[in-house]
Amino acid sequence: MSTTTTEKNNHFQDHLMEHHHEENFFTKYIFTMDHKMIGKQFLITGMFMGIIGVMMSMLFRLEIAYPEQSFPILEFFLGKWAPDGVMDPNMYLALVTIHGTIMVFFVLTAGLSGTFSNLLIPLQIGARDMASGFMNALSYWFFFLSSVIMVVSLFVEAGPAASGWTVYPPLSALPQAMPGSGAGMTLWLISMTLFIVGSLLGSLNYIVTVINMRTKGMSMTRLPLTIWAFLVTAILGVLSFPVLLSAALLLMFDRLLGTSFYLSDIFIGGEVLSYSGGSPVLYQHLFWFLGHPEVYIILLPALGISSEVIATNSRKPIFGYRAMVGSILAIAFLSFIVWGHHMFVTGMNPFLGSVFTFTTLLIAIPSAVKAFNYITTLWKGNIQFTPAMLFSIALVSTFVTGGLTGVILGDSALDINVHDTYFVVAHFHIVMGLSAIYGMFAGVYHWFPKMYGRMMNKSMGYAHFWLTFITAYGVFFPMHFLGMAGLPRRYYSNTAFPMFDNLADINVLITYFAIIGGAAQLIFIFNFFYSIWRGPKAKQNPWRGNSLEWTTPVEHMHGNWPGDIPVVHRWAYDYSKPGAEEDFVPQNVPLAEGEESGH
Amino acid sequence: MSAISIIVLIVLVILTLVQVMRISEISSEIQKGKDNEVGPKDNNTQGRLMLLVGFGFVISVLVMYVAWGRLSLPEPSSAHGAEIDSLWNLSMLIINIVFFIVQPILFYFAYKYRGKKGTKATYFEHNNRLELFWTVVPALALAVLIIWGLNVWSTLMMPENEEEPILVEVYAQQFNWTVRYSGGDNELGYATVHEIAGANILGVDTQDPASADDIVAKELHLPVGKPIQFVFRAQDVIHSAYFPHFRAQMNCVPGSVTNFQFTPTITTAEIRQNKDVKAHVEEVNEIRKAKGEDIWEFNYVLLCNKICGAAHYNMQMDIIVETQDEFDAWLKEQKTVAETL
Repeated sequence: MSTTTTEKNNHFQDHLMEHHHEENFFTKYIFTMDHKMIGKQFLITGMFMGIIGVMMSMLFRLEIAYPEQSFPILEFFLGKWAPDGVMDPNMYLALVTIHGTIMVFFVLTAGLSGTFSNLLIPLQIGARDMASGFMNALSYWFFFLSSVIMVVSLFVEAGPAASGWTVYPPLSALPQAMPGSGAGMTLWLISMTLFIVGSLLGSLNYIVTVINMRTKGMSMTRLPLTIWAFLVTAILGVLSFPVLLSAALLLMFDRLLGTSFYLSDIFIGGEVLSYSGGSPVLYQHLFWFLGHPEVYIILLPALGISSEVIATNSRKPIFGYRAMVGSILAIAFLSFIVWGHHMFVTGMNPFLGSVFTFTTLLIAIPSAVKAFNYITTLWKGNIQFTPAMLFSIALVSTFVTGGLTGVILGDSALDINVHDTYFVVAHFHIVMGLSAIYGMFAGVYHWFPKMYGRMMNKSMGYAHFWLTFITAYGVFFPMHFLGMAGLPRRYYSNTAFPMFDNLADINVLITYFAIIGGAAQLIFIFNFFYSIWRGPKAKQNPWRGNSLEWTTPVEHMHGNWPGDIPVVHRWAYDYSKPGAEEDFVPQNVPLAEGEESGH
Repeated sequence: MSAISIIVLIVLVILTLVQVMRISEISSEIQKGKDNEVGPKDNNTQGRLMLLVGFGFVISVLVMYVAWGRLSLPEPSSAHGAEIDSLWNLSMLIINIVFFIVQPILFYFAYKYRGKKGTKATYFEHNNRLELFWTVVPALALAVLIIWGLNVWSTLMMPENEEEPILVEVYAQQFNWTVRYSGGDNELGYATVHEIAGANILGVDTQDPASADDIVAKELHLPVGKPIQFVFRAQDVIHSAYFPHFRAQMNCVPGSVTNFQFTPTITTAEIRQNKDVKAHVEEVNEIRKAKGEDIWEFNYVLLCNKICGAAHYNMQMDIIVETQDEFDAWLKEQKTVAETL
């Protein structure tokens, strides 16, 4: 039964291939429907947004380290928002807000998932393209438009949105509360609405493609872990992003139409506003109903990528494939019932707090399984230290470090005193920010040859890795101690409280690390663009990998394989299999006589 | 001017990189492109670096604990704070044990199993026993933390009082705090944003008889050893009342009333004699002296801990914990709502 469907499927896909026609510049690079090109479009746009996001963090780190000091560079970048080189508090909050928005959504959601789901899903499951190339292109263009609007919002008169990346009302709803809640906030909401539409189109496509378009022999249990991660990520997105969409729409109604979904009993600017009956906490429930799965929408693709990279470069099967799949599913399920741990101090019913504490701490179990399985994969391996491998090992390290502090923050009783302090900033930057960005770097270094047919420079990759690894821990680890001293996040300056005066040195240290780390990213950007045009030509299978993408020709073509789609005979992790001649056996190699199928 | 020099500098750096690339390109051509492949030599270097930097990281975490451990908040000044701190210490102990075992193993394995010529990895795809082991052990540790954590949480949120707590309202607005004491009747008069006018910044309904003896103040005085029932209100945006020294925090949400209860256990005068606090004050004052700023005397403080606008970073109020007599004397000096409005 399943065989006949896949055969029909292949036939259908082959039929698709015959339809290719002459391409010009626009159909090839701009309005393309080819999944590989769309993946690259996501990557380049994501990188561009990433540069903006990281540069913003450099600016506000400079300000935190040297509050109220004059820096001409601030005036150069911020103009009227930094008169005489001193940053305005509203601009500080705006930078923090847009940094968060860009990094979470534009870089680590669209840039990470968009790039690698698009590039790898058809190539690794053995499909000619996505289920709907048009929807895929549409998904990118919604994302592009949303990026443009987010960037435009930086230039409006009263400044961009500044109420934190979570944009809690009433602060985000009332222009009287802060200048950023005017036109900047409207653009933020429009941008995010388009972003969500794009993300939904993409996710639906990924799900349909993985479920329906796998090649013959590619059963679910033979899927590379990357695909499992992308599939579950897409499901999370489809189930949770619509909730953020409604949260954003209701906020827009409150702002533009005068409804009272989130607002009630407000006195501001010398007058009572006419809102009544709304609840700001409702917004938080809706926001975090997306917001927490979002953490895993960011993290799971990175974990999937690192599973693939670690197995390939340890020259060993990933340890505990089924447990890895199981833990992805468990994490995904739990991620939907833990959102309240962001709201322990909102005054919600204490019993609800107990439930959220329980479910939150449970997530530590599948996470621990993943971490131990990665480490066991390294054990007795024959590790090839490509830059991608280095980043993947670093991911395991940050995943462990950041995951552990989650045990503290997930505990409602302990959260009370470190809620919204730098302890939280340290926690989520390490577990989610660094792990995901390391996964993204690992993916770029690993699949660059697949994307551009050339190799990235190895030595620059090493330099980039070590500088990033050291400085990133240098930035975020000390923040735990700031949090334990009670220092709240999102403070423009810590000088208003003498009790924090002795933390100033640490803030200076962090800023040094941040600036060196930020500058180190130039090595990556240079390496990336240089290698696109000047890197050495790649071999078909440079890392000696097993999965199907390495059976396609180096030169990109519509439909991915010149002949038939390969048939899959084994899982993706037959590395160093006893009896095999080479230390890898690609998935399309039939089982030898008497060979037992792995796992 | 400096903007131009920065741009020039960036351009120069990029040009240098291009030249370096050219050289490496030419040299790699001489070596027939082998240069970019990962070989045993790279595995050796990178594996050793993994060991070195990885262990360096673990050691520097130890150094940070030694150097910055003193920065943590002093002993809790509330009854429930002690319970939070013991739970905190146990959790920290557990996560640190895991950290100091797992991280070194990770980096050591990376080093130990670095690729060598002629070796082959061991084909080891799964082991149910091992996997069961590291599912069950974290589950047990978490069970302890969950059970203890939920216990502490429920005593915090649903305290049982021997005596009736003193009712105090904490009121937040951009960008300051106001407090209202409930007076002799221990009942707060009705208040609403619609009543805000002139000196009546809290919108207290003066028609409500319960409001007559309420006392509005700009400093939070608390009697030691008495349970305090706080209710929180905000008039404009969400704020968060953060009492770090008392291990207490609660959001102030416009349109609704939230609450939290704690019992202060150490007076301001006593905490100033605490040796950690003394050391902290000394350190801070040395810094302030060097910068030519006023000398700081330790006070408990209430901070805003939810982003609320431009001056969020400076929304504070002093808290004074004192003996019952001192508290009564202070309260007597304050004017009631009936006298001021």
